[in-house]
Amino acid sequence: MTTTQGTAPTLTESGEREEIITGCEAVAQALRLLDVDVLAGYPIRPYDSVMSAVSKMIANGQMNAEFIVAESEHSQFEIGKHASMVGARSFIGSSGVGWMYGMEALVVTASLRLPVVALVGNRALDDPGAFGVEHNDALMVRDTGWLLYWVETAQEALDMTLLAYRVTEDPRVMLPCALSMDGAFLTHSQHMVRVPDAELVRRFVPPYDLGDRRFHPDNPISIAPQFNEDWVMEARRQADAAMRRSRAVIQEASREFVRVFGRGPQDPFLDPYRMEDAEYALLGMGTVGMVGKVAVDRLREQGRKVGFVRVKWFRPFPGPELRSLLRGLRGVGIVDRDYSFGSNAHGGVLYTEVAAALYPEPERPRLVPFIAGLGGREVSVDNLQEMQEIVEQVVADREQEVTCRWIGVRGPQEDPRETVEGGVR
Amino acid sequence: MAAPESTLPELAVNRRLTVLPLQEYYTSGHRTCQGCESALVMRYLAKVAGPRTLITGTTGCMYVANTSYNSTPWALPWAHTQLGAAGSSALGTAAALEALMRKGKIPRERINVIAFCSDGGGGDMGLSAISAAIQDTRYNLLILLYDNESYANTDIQASGMTPWGAVTAFTPSGSAKRITHHRWKKNVPALLMAGHPQGRYFASASSGFGMDLMEKVRTALDVGGPTFVQTHDPCPKGWDYDPRRSHDLAVLAVECGITVLWDCLEGELRYQGITRQIVEGRLRRKPVAEYLRTQGRFAHFTDEDVDYFQSQIDEMWERWILPGVVRVTQTPFGTLPRPSTSPEAGQSDEAEVVVAGEVSRG
Repeated sequence: MTTTQGTAPTLTESGEREEIITGCEAVAQALRLLDVDVLAGYPIRPYDSVMSAVSKMIANGQMNAEFIVAESEHSQFEIGKHASMVGARSFIGSSGVGWMYGMEALVVTASLRLPVVALVGNRALDDPGAFGVEHNDALMVRDTGWLLYWVETAQEALDMTLLAYRVTEDPRVMLPCALSMDGAFLTHSQHMVRVPDAELVRRFVPPYDLGDRRFHPDNPISIAPQFNEDWVMEARRQADAAMRRSRAVIQEASREFVRVFGRGPQDPFLDPYRMEDAEYALLGMGTVGMVGKVAVDRLREQGRKVGFVRVKWFRPFPGPELRSLLRGLRGVGIVDRDYSFGSNAHGGVLYTEVAAALYPEPERPRLVPFIAGLGGREVSVDNLQEMQEIVEQVVADREQEVTCRWIGVRGPQEDPRETVEGGVR
Repeated sequence: MAAPESTLPELAVNRRLTVLPLQEYYTSGHRTCQGCESALVMRYLAKVAGPRTLITGTTGCMYVANTSYNSTPWALPWAHTQLGAAGSSALGTAAALEALMRKGKIPRERINVIAFCSDGGGGDMGLSAISAAIQDTRYNLLILLYDNESYANTDIQASGMTPWGAVTAFTPSGSAKRITHHRWKKNVPALLMAGHPQGRYFASASSGFGMDLMEKVRTALDVGGPTFVQTHDPCPKGWDYDPRRSHDLAVLAVECGITVLWDCLEGELRYQGITRQIVEGRLRRKPVAEYLRTQGRFAHFTDEDVDYFQSQIDEMWERWILPGVVRVTQTPFGTLPRPSTSPEAGQSDEAEVVVAGEVSRG
C-alpha cells in the first residue's frame, strides 16, 4: 500500500508527471486516465494491490467508476464481462489459482469478443503455496482468444494498459487482453514512472463503442444463443481472423503511441538488446529482461557475442519478427519462467512456441530450452551466464540431444540422453 | 439510490379483476418441451417487465431449449451467462448502467435488470454469486430462479433442489438401493431472505398461479434494490408424467403444501392464495401421495417412503415457526402460537368457494 511516499511529482517537458510508483500503481494510474467505468476485484496476491490503489482513488473522488468487490474470481470476471457487454469500459485481474478459478468466465469473455482488460500479477499455481512469479497462470488462456503481453517495468505497465484498451476496443479486434506482470518483482517494486496528461490519453484511446452489439433496451438483441455445429466453427474462425488482424492494429497503435506521447519503443513485439552483431541470444519474458540485459553486458565483456531478446506480445505471437531477428544465429537459449510437463524436449511453453516459429527458417539457430525462476525464485546474472555456457556447448557438440535444463535448482542436472527415443541411458 | 420513476408498463393487476397488456416480449421461436411450465414463467416475466429491460439467463433449459441461433423468442435484449453467473451478470449489468448513466454516457432512465437461473444454476453453483448480488443495495436487480427440480437440459440429474428420493439420471433406483437421492430439497428463497436483511423483496411463486407470479415479479421490479423470486415449475421430461398434467401438478404441489406461496416485502412476510388458506386453517392440505403417485420419478416409492415424505411436510406445517419458510420449532421465547394446519383439520365448503374466488389459475 505505498503511494508516492515523500516524492513530489515533477513535470516533464511533455507535461507528464514523474512519480515513483509500483507496477500495480502504474496500472491504476492508467485506469484513472482511461476513465474506466466498471472494475471488479477479488483478493489474491500479488495483483490485488492494483485494486487497492483503484478503490482508494474512487474513495478519494479521483476516479469516477463502479467498483465491485466480488465473492469469487468467477463472479469478478463475469461482472467485468457483462459490464463490457453493456458498453462500460471494464477492468479485472487476478493471480495464480485465482485466474484459474475464473477460467470459465475468461473463456467466454474472449468468445463473446468483449474487450475487457485484465492484469495478471503472475504467481505460481498451488500446491504447494507460493506467492512468487511463474507464468503458467496467464499462459493458461493462450489458446482462447486473449491477447497476452508481458511487461518489464512499471512505465511499460502504464503505457501498455493504455495501449491494451486501444487495441482491444478496436472494431477490427474486439478481443480481451491480459497484461502480465511478474509477481513481487514488478507488482510491488517501485520505479520512476511518467504519468501522461489525461487529454493526451483521451486523444490516444477513443471512447469505447460496441456499436450494434451494445446490450441496451434500444437494441433488443439476443447475445450468445446456442450455435451448435451449425455455426460454432464460423464463430471460431471470426475470432481467429480478429487475432490475425490484431497484429496490424498493435503495430498501428504502437506507432500512434509514439506520435501522441513522444516516447515508446520502436518494435512493438520484441525488445532486442545488443542483437546487432550477436551470434547467440538469450530470450525470455517479463522482468528477466532487466537481468538479461545486465548479463549480456557482462558476457560481452568476456568476448561472447550474445544479445538478449525480450518477447513482449505472446498472443499474437511474434513469429515473423523472431524469424528475422534470430535468423542465422548459432544458438538461442530460451528462459521459460513456466513449465509444460511432458511437452517437446520437456521445455516450457515459450520454448515450444519459439521452436515452432523458427521451424520454417532454413538457417535456424540451435535452440536450448531452460526453466528457471519458478515460484518467485530469482533468475540471477550467474544463472544467465551458466545458460549461455550451456548454449555454446550444445552448439559445439552437434550430436548432443536437446533437452530442457533446469537452472538454479537443487538436485542433479538433467541428462540430455534421457530424451533419446527408446528410453534411458 | 433513489430510483427514478418507474417505466414499467401499465399493468392493472388485481386478484379479482385483471387487465394485462396484450403485448408479448417472450414469443415464438423457442423449442421447449410440450408442457414446459418454465417457458410460461419466462412469458409472464417478460410481459410484466416490459420493453425497458435487460435480461440475462444462465445455461439451462431456458438457454438451451429457448434460444437457438436465428430463432430467439426474446423481443427484449437477452444475453446468455454462465451457469453460476446469474448474480454476477446482474451485478455487472446494473453496475455498467449506473456508471454510464452517472457519467452521462447513456441517458438516465429506469431499466429493469433481470437475471434468471435454474435450480442447478441458482440453488447449487450460483448461490454464492446470487448472495453477493442480493447484498449489493446500490443496484436495482431481480434474480428469478425457475425451479424445475433437476438439471433438466443435461438429462435430468439431481440438483440441490430435487425432492428427496426422486429418481434422476444420477440418482437411479436400483435393486440394491431403492433410494439414492438422500438430500431434502433446499429452500433457497428462505435461505436468501434469512441471510440478507438488506434485500428488499423475496418471493416463492409457482408456474401454476400466473397472476400471483406476475404480481410478485412486478412487486420486485417496483420496489427496486436487490430482489429474488423463485418459481416452482413442473417438468414433464424430468418428472415423468403426461405433459397435459403440468399445470395441474403445479397447483397440486401447492394444495399438498409442498410448494409454499409466500413473499417478504421489506421484512413483512405474507402468504398467498391456497397457501394462505392453509395457513389460516381454512383449507385442508391434500395428502402428498396424490402428488407423488402421478410422477414417474417417485414410482419406486414404497408406502413407507410416501409416509416419510408426508411426515416431513406435516412437520413443516405443524412445527415450523413459519410454515414452509423457517424451520425453528422452539425458541427462547417459547413456541409461537399458530393456527392448526394439520390435514385432519376441518374443511368447509365455504373454503372451497374462497379458493375459486381468491386465486386465478391464469
